[in-house]
Amino acid sequence: MNQVEHVANLARLQLSREELERLSTQLSRILAYMEELNAVDTAGIPGTTSVVAGDANVLREDEVQPSLSQDQALRNAPDAVDGLFQVPQIISDR
Amino acid sequence: MFETVIGLEVHAQLQTQSKMFCGCATEFGSPANTRTCPVCLGLPGALPVVNQRAVEMAIRTGLALHCTVQSTNQFARKNYFYPDLPKGYQISQYDRPICENGWLELQANGTSKKVRIRRAHLEEDAGKNIHADAGSLVDLNRAGTPLIEIVTEPDMHSAEEVVSYLKSLRDVLMYIGVCDGNMEQGSLRCEPNLSLRPVGSDALGTKVELKNINSFKFVKDAIEYEIKRQTKVLSEGGTIHQETRLWDIERNQTAVMRSKEEAHDYRYFPDPDLVPLVIAEEWIEELRATIQELPKDRHQRFLRDYGLPDYDAGVLTSSRALADYFEACVTLFAEPKLISNFLMSEFLRELHQAGMTVESSPVSPERLVGLLQLVHDDTISLKVAKEIFPELFAGDKSAAQLVEEKGLRQLSDEGELLALIDAVIEQHPAQVAQYRGGKETVIGFLVGQAMKRSGGKANPQKVNALFKTRLAP
Ligand SMILES: [Zn+2]
Repeated sequence: MNQVEHVANLARLQLSREELERLSTQLSRILAYMEELNAVDTAGIPGTTSVVAGDANVLREDEVQPSLSQDQALRNAPDAVDGLFQVPQIISDR
Repeated sequence: MFETVIGLEVHAQLQTQSKMFCGCATEFGSPANTRTCPVCLGLPGALPVVNQRAVEMAIRTGLALHCTVQSTNQFARKNYFYPDLPKGYQISQYDRPICENGWLELQANGTSKKVRIRRAHLEEDAGKNIHADAGSLVDLNRAGTPLIEIVTEPDMHSAEEVVSYLKSLRDVLMYIGVCDGNMEQGSLRCEPNLSLRPVGSDALGTKVELKNINSFKFVKDAIEYEIKRQTKVLSEGGTIHQETRLWDIERNQTAVMRSKEEAHDYRYFPDPDLVPLVIAEEWIEELRATIQELPKDRHQRFLRDYGLPDYDAGVLTSSRALADYFEACVTLFAEPKLISNFLMSEFLRELHQAGMTVESSPVSPERLVGLLQLVHDDTISLKVAKEIFPELFAGDKSAAQLVEEKGLRQLSDEGELLALIDAVIEQHPAQVAQYRGGKETVIGFLVGQAMKRSGGKANPQKVNALFKTRLAP
């Protein structure tokens, strides 16, 4: 339950008590299933990190392509000022 | 008594034309939010594609820092929420950084030492936040710019060492052309982490990370302040909290930014949008061949091959262009010290006054050497060479042409010089008598008179020598 709360917080999800309880049960079941998978011996088999057909090294040349216009870039923004996205006040910098 | 232990993270912006995972331009100073696209805005469905040049720059950086280059690379997502990070994660590298286990030498307290480099990895930059009254404003032009993050082991123990390391690193990055090294514009950002421990102890104390440092001076100030602060806290029996502190330029002190415990839970995982990056041995060797000699190696070679003083070698190798220019001159004319002196004084001064760089110098090595050859074979004096250099610099005539046109050829013919000397001897019998009576310093006066008569063209060394023979008992 604590763990679910922590992950929800990391994902910026606000969960009600009822949702927390329901998700805790569900996640426990999912993790138990993963435990079953863990039983398979995967020593010496590299992890699959991508399902894009067997490739490596998809690279592009260092060439500039046209960007979106400022208007287009800001089109989805709830608020914008002087060409900048406007968001609620950030208290401290990273 | 405490010992200071410092490690450093440096973020260097790679000088590519386009961003790390999309084709948006990376240049500094465009109007806000005019260098973005679906990829760097994190719009749904957009897919990143790796910039090959950024990878090459990272490999070359690793090679220059004596690192091992990882053969199989994987990009990872570093998850956190912040308005300047549109995707909700930063694409970075986690357990398999592109470069590992290198070192870089620093100079402090008159000795040099190696700082171990733990890793250097590729990642993308975030956008820029501007804090305003009404809320925070975000410009995403910088979001997605390629960075290399270079992390040292905690091998440094003073502000002096950190500054020296940082300068060496900056030299290397600029020299191999992967970063412009501009700290004020944020192309090179440094984040020291600093802890104290009792002298003699091996354990590391709780470390504090320092941020908002954008000049060498602030690096020094922030570290010195933080050493004092932590010493005071520990001496009074207090404890240091693991936290990030910002350097406050106005107050000259560090202030806590946020507590770290929660913030460091980034839940890294491999980015499924990016296939593995495999770096073949041949590719590495190809890139190794493109790395020019590093400043320190070139400095040593200048001492060894040209017999230059340490100071000269340092000045000449401070920029690749100047070092190249010097070597081009030496190839044409094997008088390294004469060339070095002239480059460090007249040449750099004229460039500076004209607001030009070595690369854009209007005087080619050929024309410069042409001038110095005239000095070397006594056609003109060094003084005359210095006087006409501005003209050589501003025009396109050769030194020989200028000397001929202005009639500046030095008078070295012995017969002509003797005639001059005899005239002076005749005109100043009193001084001649003094000289003959043992007052040798009077020779300066006599040489001066002869120089004056020649309109400054006589060769002063020869005049001096001839006077001595003429007046010898
Ligand atoms: Zn883009």
